[in-house]
Amino acid sequence: MLSFVVVSLHVRLGVAKSLSSVTNGNISIQRNLEGYVGFANLPNQVYRKSVKRGFEFTLMVVGESGLGKSTLINSLFLTDLYSKDYPGPSQRIKKTVQVEQSKVLIKEGGVQLTLTIVDTPGFGDAVDNSNCWQPVINYIDSKFEDFLNAESRVNRRLMPDNRVHCCLYFIAPSGHGLKPLDIEFMKRLHDKVNVIPLIAKADTLTPEECQLFKKQIMKEIQEHKIKIYEFPDTEDDEDSKLIRKIKEKMPLAVVGSNVVIEVNGRKVRGRQYPWGVAEVENGEHCDFTVLRNMLIRTHMQDLKDVTNNVHYENYRSKKLAAVTCNGVDATKNKGQLTKSPLAQMEEERREHVMKMKKMETEMEQVFEMKVKEKKQKLKDSEAELERRHEQMKKNLEAQYKELEEKRRQFQEEKANWEAQQRILEQQKLDASKTMEKNKKKGKIF
Amino acid sequence: SKMSESVPPEVRPKPAVPAKPSHVAPPSRSALLGYIGIDTIIEQMRKKTMKTGFDFNIMVVGQSGLGKSTLVNTLFKSQVSRRSTNWSRDEKIPKTVEIKSVSHVIEEGGVKMKLTVIDTPGFGDQINNENCWEPISKYINEQYEKFLKEEVNIARKKRIPDTRVHCCLYFISPTGHSLRQLDIEFMKHLSRVVNIIPVIAKSDTLTLDEKTEFKQKVRKELEACGIECYPQKEFDEDMEDKSDNDKIREAMPFAVVGSDKEYQANGKRILGRKTPWGVVEVENPNHCEFSLLRDFMIRSHLQDLKEVTHNIHYETYRAKRLNDNGGLHPISSSGFSSRTFCMDTPCLCE
Repeated sequence: MLSFVVVSLHVRLGVAKSLSSVTNGNISIQRNLEGYVGFANLPNQVYRKSVKRGFEFTLMVVGESGLGKSTLINSLFLTDLYSKDYPGPSQRIKKTVQVEQSKVLIKEGGVQLTLTIVDTPGFGDAVDNSNCWQPVINYIDSKFEDFLNAESRVNRRLMPDNRVHCCLYFIAPSGHGLKPLDIEFMKRLHDKVNVIPLIAKADTLTPEECQLFKKQIMKEIQEHKIKIYEFPDTEDDEDSKLIRKIKEKMPLAVVGSNVVIEVNGRKVRGRQYPWGVAEVENGEHCDFTVLRNMLIRTHMQDLKDVTNNVHYENYRSKKLAAVTCNGVDATKNKGQLTKSPLAQMEEERREHVMKMKKMETEMEQVFEMKVKEKKQKLKDSEAELERRHEQMKKNLEAQYKELEEKRRQFQEEKANWEAQQRILEQQKLDASKTMEKNKKKGKIF
Repeated sequence: SKMSESVPPEVRPKPAVPAKPSHVAPPSRSALLGYIGIDTIIEQMRKKTMKTGFDFNIMVVGQSGLGKSTLVNTLFKSQVSRRSTNWSRDEKIPKTVEIKSVSHVIEEGGVKMKLTVIDTPGFGDQINNENCWEPISKYINEQYEKFLKEEVNIARKKRIPDTRVHCCLYFISPTGHSLRQLDIEFMKHLSRVVNIIPVIAKSDTLTLDEKTEFKQKVRKELEACGIECYPQKEFDEDMEDKSDNDKIREAMPFAVVGSDKEYQANGKRILGRKTPWGVVEVENPNHCEFSLLRDFMIRSHLQDLKEVTHNIHYETYRAKRLNDNGGLHPISSSGFSSRTFCMDTPCLCE
């Protein structure tokens, strides 16, 4: 106990010394410690914490159907992600490009890895493959958006990282060069995700053909300025040698298999042909081991870092720039990203409120106008009705007069006729009287 | 006479006059009184054919990188493909399907063959491959049209040059799963117009089990879509034909590997592909079915391919064309006939 206290005293003194030198000139001079402090234990602490938390890794596989993607995944992770009971997407015929993900929890040596495999069945299989990359881009962007939203939330306790860390693109082993579809896809995705091109079913090619093919592909990739995943430079000599070796072999030519075959007494994974066995883990047969080591054993963390620092940040700045520039005059400088999001939100709110007010007044105006119109219409129709009413009355009077006229005429005629009748009657009477008189006269004679 | 000079010694024609009756009993009515020499007709035909030689036109269709040119070179054991004549490794994929044909005259055993290989670069290579079979269909019909024009001419050539496509090798990509949509569309549109022989390209990528499974799948799919490849069932002439062709139909599509490089194996030089795990022997039936394809196409069915093209596909085209003319056979001057033909088909402006 005593010795411990003594040591710590020494240490404190030592620390004070180095601190002063820092404040003086803002440079940190390396100092030798006079005892064991213990922060060398830091990596172990990080390690223990991470192991407890577990790791996440999302791997996307893209390529035409029949290129051995599922087999390769099974070989890489030595599991049957796609087995006979749960056939992979390759066994099902897809009419449009789908994006499917499957999660697998793998444990090895106490370390837990949540592996998510994103598959794209239907890619490049239709007759017309225009825009078959769009579902893939949408998927990647949606994962970025989820992460962005999670990051911007108030409560950030649980932040699952579902972003796509690596995209394995499978090139068909034609032996000639890249197809237009390959070029188009990689061009559109190289700034959204780490693209690692692979030559699929490499046991189709002889070593010479493979060399030529790889050269041709790299040439075309450079021609079209496609940025595939680049290995980081390290200061360590050994590592950089390794990295240089890997770079020479790009794109990696892989063969996948989970079938174990016996060759010369040893058991290997491979493919049995009548002319020999193509071994998956033999470096002279294919680059599978290189891929596996790189992907899992050495560069998994780097892939995640690049995704986080480069691709995600690109997405984020683009997205947020779009938000701040929304509604802003196009002539204004696009570099005005200095507005803090909160001020931005205030401004947006004010804008929104103004907009609402404007809309309200507009609506009222419209309403008024409509009311006026209606009133006018009603008045018009009333006047119209009045006019018609007058008109009808006049007609009626005219008819009445006519009828009166006719009646009068009729009366006149009647009176005439009666008068005539009377005269006739009188005449008749007179005539009969005269006859009687004549009769009498006659008789007398 | 001329005949006695060029006839090989075994077949010596006896004089045409009936010889004196041999020791055989008086022959019945139908028996010949002696040797006439009718059977020498085979020999006469053979000589004629050898002199005139014959044409064979083969078309290869498939996505780029499936080994079409290599296979054709292997089939005819010479550098007859377009790629061998003028090709650079970084030749760009054309934006539309082009039809390029290269002709060679090859000779074997005194028999001359004018072989024309018709290549279709750009097929299935674009992002959007809608209707990429149309240029091919157009080309095939144009050849029929050419032949028909020559045939209906008043002054016909003695031997009409035959540019019709006798055989179309369709290359299927060895995915191991099923046919692609493009494959089905192509074969649907063209199986009634030309003899299609589907082959599985670069089949050294499939193990034996995968091969059998794939072939079965392909056959099933072709049947389900009603696609009939050569040899078509309906054209089997007799039982012998049928049994022969049935065997072939069971083995189709042939899983082939092509190579024009020779390697040393088992003490002899063979055509093959050398991989770090073994040499794929092209002509070994245990390794791939190239020899089956070659025997089928060249050694037994070459003439049949031409006959089916002439008697069936060409006749179908001809009937359709003449029916479109209202059943009238344009027999007036060639000027009129060319005008008639120019009506609704793309004009072969000569």
